[in-house]
Amino acid sequence: MKTIKTIYENIGLPRLIIGLFFIFLIVASIALGFSSAAIFSDVLRRWLMYGTLVLAMVPGIQSGIGLNFGVSLGISAGLLGSVLAMEISFVRDWPQILGAGAPWATLLLALLFGVVMAAFLGIVYGLLLNRVKGSEMTVSTYVGFSVIAFMNIVWLSLAFKNGELSWPLQGQGLRNTASLAGSFGGLLSNPDTVKATQPPWLHWLAFKVGGVTVPLGLILLFALLCFLVWLFFRSKLGIAMSGAGENELFTLSSGINVDQKRIQGTAISTILGAVGIILYAQTYGFLQLYNAPLMMGFASVASILIGGASVKRAKISHVLIGTLLFQGILVTALPVVNEVIEIGTLPEVLRIIISNGIILYALSKTKGGNV
Amino acid sequence: MNKTSAITKKIGSFLFDNKVMIAFAIVCIAAIMLSGSSLSFIVDGVFTRITRNTFTVLALIIPVLAGLGLNFGIVIGAVAAQIAVFCVVNWGFGGIEGMLLCVLIATPLAVLFGFLVGKLFNRMKGAEMIAGLILGYFADGLYQLLFLVIIGGIIPVDNPRLIISGGVGVKNTIDLTDNLKYAIDSVRMVDIVTVFFYIILAVTLIKVLLHFLKKYELKKNDFIFFGVVAVAFGISYIPTIERFLSTDRLVLLNALTIVLVVYAVIQIVKIVKLLWIEKEEPKALIQPIAMLLLCGVIYGLTYLPKIEQVLLFVKLPVLPFLLIAGLCWFNYKILSTRLGQNMRTVGQSQSVAMASGINVDQTRIIAMIISTVLASWGQLIFLQNIGTFSTYGAHTQIAQFAIAALLVGGASVQKATNKQAIIGVILFHTLFIVAPQAGKQLFNNAQIGEYFRVFVSYGVIALSLAMHAWKLVKKKEEPAAENSLSE
Repeated sequence: MKTIKTIYENIGLPRLIIGLFFIFLIVASIALGFSSAAIFSDVLRRWLMYGTLVLAMVPGIQSGIGLNFGVSLGISAGLLGSVLAMEISFVRDWPQILGAGAPWATLLLALLFGVVMAAFLGIVYGLLLNRVKGSEMTVSTYVGFSVIAFMNIVWLSLAFKNGELSWPLQGQGLRNTASLAGSFGGLLSNPDTVKATQPPWLHWLAFKVGGVTVPLGLILLFALLCFLVWLFFRSKLGIAMSGAGENELFTLSSGINVDQKRIQGTAISTILGAVGIILYAQTYGFLQLYNAPLMMGFASVASILIGGASVKRAKISHVLIGTLLFQGILVTALPVVNEVIEIGTLPEVLRIIISNGIILYALSKTKGGNV
Repeated sequence: MNKTSAITKKIGSFLFDNKVMIAFAIVCIAAIMLSGSSLSFIVDGVFTRITRNTFTVLALIIPVLAGLGLNFGIVIGAVAAQIAVFCVVNWGFGGIEGMLLCVLIATPLAVLFGFLVGKLFNRMKGAEMIAGLILGYFADGLYQLLFLVIIGGIIPVDNPRLIISGGVGVKNTIDLTDNLKYAIDSVRMVDIVTVFFYIILAVTLIKVLLHFLKKYELKKNDFIFFGVVAVAFGISYIPTIERFLSTDRLVLLNALTIVLVVYAVIQIVKIVKLLWIEKEEPKALIQPIAMLLLCGVIYGLTYLPKIEQVLLFVKLPVLPFLLIAGLCWFNYKILSTRLGQNMRTVGQSQSVAMASGINVDQTRIIAMIISTVLASWGQLIFLQNIGTFSTYGAHTQIAQFAIAALLVGGASVQKATNKQAIIGVILFHTLFIVAPQAGKQLFNNAQIGEYFRVFVSYGVIALSLAMHAWKLVKKKEEPAAENSLSE
């Protein structure tokens, strides 16, 4: 009896409900006659697609800035890096010169630009967050919104030559969604793209077994990132950072510069956000500009909270479980809902209710009536 | 020498205290000049938006007073209003009766919602703003669930005007043209005066009754007030005035004249009072006389053809403006009540409030209920003026824009006044009107102007939240530093 209670306490009520709901949806969709291989492929794809963005929450929470709604900053850096890389690739005519290497070069350049810009923005953002200790979440939410709104102006003013990015016949402004088909889209995750554009010795990157798509390249990359973050929080630097997040006074007295640790945590979170959005776009096959990333920070926050993280503590396992549950529900709900009541927008409604409900729940747990 | 430096200091502190407002005013003026839009167009647009939005912005003031910060939860009030509008349209009511029914449905809903939100905020003290923001999104999700799935899906509603044909769920937009559109705007002035007279009559009769029952002591002022109202009511029967009053819109020129005359009369009464009753020094008269002259100058300006043209072009709906004025009065008056004082104390320090025996949690809940109810009424005014009810979009941005407007007026997380709300609405919506045109002139792209105004609305909130948080950190650090010094 006692063990059941401990297990229950470890899992927590929200996670239990959401987990059971997920299992129910899977059973329902199989009972309705959907192929389990297709469901599995979809869930896997979405899991990896959002994984890195959720992973970006870990350094933020651990370093004490709380739920980093301002990950939009990193997202914007990643998007800007991507469009710059694509434009350079187009202007320099890389597909002609580099052949199968062109998507790789574009992807790497996008990551490079994204990471550098995100590092810079992250440091500035960290400096800001140190000035507003105690209200980080409110401030970061609106900093995130402002950045997206500012980037809207940037997207609209950029005059690029690449026809996949810019509106035809306007000379100014980028498209709402730019296809990555001619660039790095699906390079690590889409078996068809890999087969069509890459040499045979790279065909292991993504392949099909039975009906299941295995995006091995993406799996390895995501695993590597998770491992790096895990390793980081076992290093001296990472432990000091966790200390700064957990107990500021204690850490201060042991001679650790708390403010600096917070800046580092924010910067790493922002960088992971930039990498995350590039991997997201890579998997999705499209670059979503303008207001599309407005609420992505919320989705990431909700995911890690569903995984069992709190405002003060997060682990890699929270990232993995949370993303699987949250995205899994959204993927499996759509076909089931369509079959049963034909309301296409219901999964979207579910997403709003679940993600904001879980954030509210987490907030009410941490701030308990202290005056 | 001393005097001039005092004046410069005064001007300096005025500039510093109103920096946000001044900066924004400069941006607005620049945008107006760039846009090249005609003045009539801008003034007309601004007044339309004042009608629509001021009430909601004013609904934000009480939570600020009570220390709950900027109430992002007003979305929930708007949701209550929209549920009411849906019901009323579905039942086929319209006009002012329909609107009263809306109020009748929306108010209890808003009270309930406000109570629940207040309860929730009491569990998250110090994080009300982020909680309110998330709560707004959460409520939006539940609202969508209600309107997309439950209505038509579980509750059968058979109304082809409202329900998506051949499916479940409510249509994206509900046309209010022949039911609730202008239900408040188009109330004639005569009717307002009449209703007001009967209300005052009833109140006075009750007072007299209570006087005879020895529950209430009649004062001289009660009769004077009734007399004034009765005379006004009598005057409304004079044919020319009746004709003037039987319209529902007031030309801005007339509205301005009325305001100026009323203001001038107040100043004259003040002067008379100062001179003959209080026997003050002539020095004290400077201010009222200056104001009187200002009124004269402004009235004189209305004769300039260009300004006159604008003032004749713009027509104001009367009742919404009276409601806005009423709410300003309410916000002002509540300060001098016991409840208002309690809210203030809670807002300044919860521990002090607790120590002086104020029920902190209850006071906060009351503030939330008032704000939510006012927000729901504000949304009703907004919807009836706009005339089309966008089912899934009307409420989503209201907190965002209302809060941005309030902050633009110079308010902060801890301090907000009626004046700031009104100035904020004027400035914020001026920018909203001219930004697309300005963007078009400046960048050859109207969309940039539109994105710019959205950026401004987010940016101003981010900035003021950050400044507030910064102040809090500094406040915490200062006593700590002093303590360490004394050691």
